[in-house]
Amino acid sequence: MTNRTSEKSPFADWRSRTTVERLLGAIASEIKKIGSPVKIMEVCGTHTMTLHRFGLKPLLEEAGVEMISGPGCPVCITPDYYHEAIIDLITSQKNILVCTFGDMTRVPTRKGALQTVVPVEGSRIKIVYSPEEALDLARKNPEKQVIFFGAGFETTIPAIVYTVKKAHQEGLKNYSLFSALWLIPPALEAIINSKEIAIAGFIYPGHVSTIIGERAYSFVAEKYGLPGAIAGFEPADILLGILSVAKQIRKKQPEVANEYKRVVRPEGNPQALALMEEMLEKFDAVWRGLGVIPESGLKLKPVYANFDAIHRFGLKLLPERITKSTCRCGDVLKGLIKPEECPLFGRVCNPENPKGPCMVSYEGACLIEYKYSSGVKER
Amino acid sequence: MKKVNLEMGSGGRLMRDFIAEKLIPTFSNPILNELHDAAHLPNGLAFTTDSYTVDPIFFPGGDIGTLCVNGTVNDLVVSGARPEYLSLALIIEEGLEFELLEKILKSIKKTAVENSVRIVTGDTKVVPQGQGDKIFINTAGVGRLVGKPRPDRIKPGDKLIVTGSVGEHGLAIMLARNDFRMFSGVKSDCAPLLFLLPFWKKGILWMRDITRGGLATVLSELAEKIAYPLLVEEEKIPLSPRLQGAVEILGIDPLYLACEGRALLVAPGAEAEKILRMIKKHSLGKSAAIIGEVQDKIGKKGEVLLRTTSGGLRLLEPLTSELLPRIC
Repeated sequence: MTNRTSEKSPFADWRSRTTVERLLGAIASEIKKIGSPVKIMEVCGTHTMTLHRFGLKPLLEEAGVEMISGPGCPVCITPDYYHEAIIDLITSQKNILVCTFGDMTRVPTRKGALQTVVPVEGSRIKIVYSPEEALDLARKNPEKQVIFFGAGFETTIPAIVYTVKKAHQEGLKNYSLFSALWLIPPALEAIINSKEIAIAGFIYPGHVSTIIGERAYSFVAEKYGLPGAIAGFEPADILLGILSVAKQIRKKQPEVANEYKRVVRPEGNPQALALMEEMLEKFDAVWRGLGVIPESGLKLKPVYANFDAIHRFGLKLLPERITKSTCRCGDVLKGLIKPEECPLFGRVCNPENPKGPCMVSYEGACLIEYKYSSGVKER
Repeated sequence: MKKVNLEMGSGGRLMRDFIAEKLIPTFSNPILNELHDAAHLPNGLAFTTDSYTVDPIFFPGGDIGTLCVNGTVNDLVVSGARPEYLSLALIIEEGLEFELLEKILKSIKKTAVENSVRIVTGDTKVVPQGQGDKIFINTAGVGRLVGKPRPDRIKPGDKLIVTGSVGEHGLAIMLARNDFRMFSGVKSDCAPLLFLLPFWKKGILWMRDITRGGLATVLSELAEKIAYPLLVEEEKIPLSPRLQGAVEILGIDPLYLACEGRALLVAPGAEAEKILRMIKKHSLGKSAAIIGEVQDKIGKKGEVLLRTTSGGLRLLEPLTSELLPRIC
């Protein structure tokens, strides 16, 4: 039992003031050489969290770097109608057990949130901490149809589809996946092509990269001439990534730098990639805020159709809906506006009463901004 | 249709809004409106009540029995009172094994003896299976005032003292539920705060036990009561190494995890070091630390600012919703 200073936390060196000051100094001197401030997008919500939790954003702004939050939160980019489809199911069919991650249960939709709707008798919604837990529930409750409502990027996709593989092997008849699975590289390309914001470089998501490796981002440097760096999630990790991007900008030599080598290999995780290849196929998916992005979604291959909840329960996904909401979640996800520029932010939209998913998810840019930023107390 | 959800009882903002918007206006009177952890009654008496619904009922470092005595004792202590009498109301679910019930009663007795309080009245109810969760306990406590919180006297330069490492109770409970299938070795910090009682005579201006919502929420409650913002140094906050490892894996901020044997104190600037030394002499105060101060240089009234380990500055918000581990 001791203070953090006397007995070190496992990450003390990665968060210490000395390390951070040194890296910020190096970044500032690169920006000076470049001659003007730069905008860099951190794609991943967990990076957004680190930047705020450690109070790094204002320090980076002093150094000449404006960080823009990207679409890297699976809860945020999953469109409402996925939730509505599952709400329709549990409010009409008995003996359905829907398992999902905690954040997903709070997303507000036209039909309410999973957390607040009242399922018909015998059906319910359960928060799980891993897809494996949902599979286990299916094994233990043969009288229930267990659906895992899985939202995720490459980080969690292998673990999610592995449950389907196991269910298939075990011949489980009561387990299925309602998939909201998204791929990061196509989303990056969509953001680059939208040309609405001037981003000088990217901080690539560390955990996604453990699966897909370095090469998945080559097109950003080669086709679009934009710098980028894979980074981990400690303050020093992100600052190293930013420093690398700043150096690439100054030298005009864009590449995919790997500043998270202790975890990310150039080729990623071949086993996980093979599993994804084996079980899933790409489709043109709708992202909240970003619209249709070619080949950016994954769904189970037809041979696993029996394990696809959409197929098994005839779920209706109705993407045509246009909401009249003034919530500007979509623009926040594209990095077009900062959370505080949304007219709802902090006034009618807050963590207890979220109007959009960016205020729901622990990785959502709005919730993070609300929780950690000083000077936004007019609420 | 509006329905009560779990968050309303989580110790976060929703619960405080419920108290402020529903309970206070409905029952308003001068004693209630003070909103101490215990009510200050005429003739130097203090009175408090608390219900215990912890799941699981046995956990590393304690059980619902130790909790229901210490929790109520602590509410009295931080309100400036020496605890004397407790009531004990048991709501038992049909089917609870008698052996477990006896174990809990034994814990209650042992903890009451440790705290020199007597259980002088009580009640027993049994509810049908499925209409409770093993056992719920309510205790009320009466104590005699030895000091008085003076938030009105808190001024810039006064120091914030935490009496020990934070978050262990919350983490121990979270892991004891076994949803994460993870073992950390962290035990609940559940303990009586009686040893803090003498400090009311040594100039302490305010005390609160750190329970649901964690240190961050208690700091926010303090900030709302006084005229100046608080500045907290993250690296001064005591955290046990075992807890630090576990919260990193789970992605949980320890400043929002509950304690059951820790308090936040406000000491006058000039006395703070001396008071800290005295607290540290007690076995339950060994890892106490000054974690920050009341100040008027940065921030606004009502704000808690955190100087992070990395040197950045940010707002420290009270708990708003149940803690969930991150998903990726």
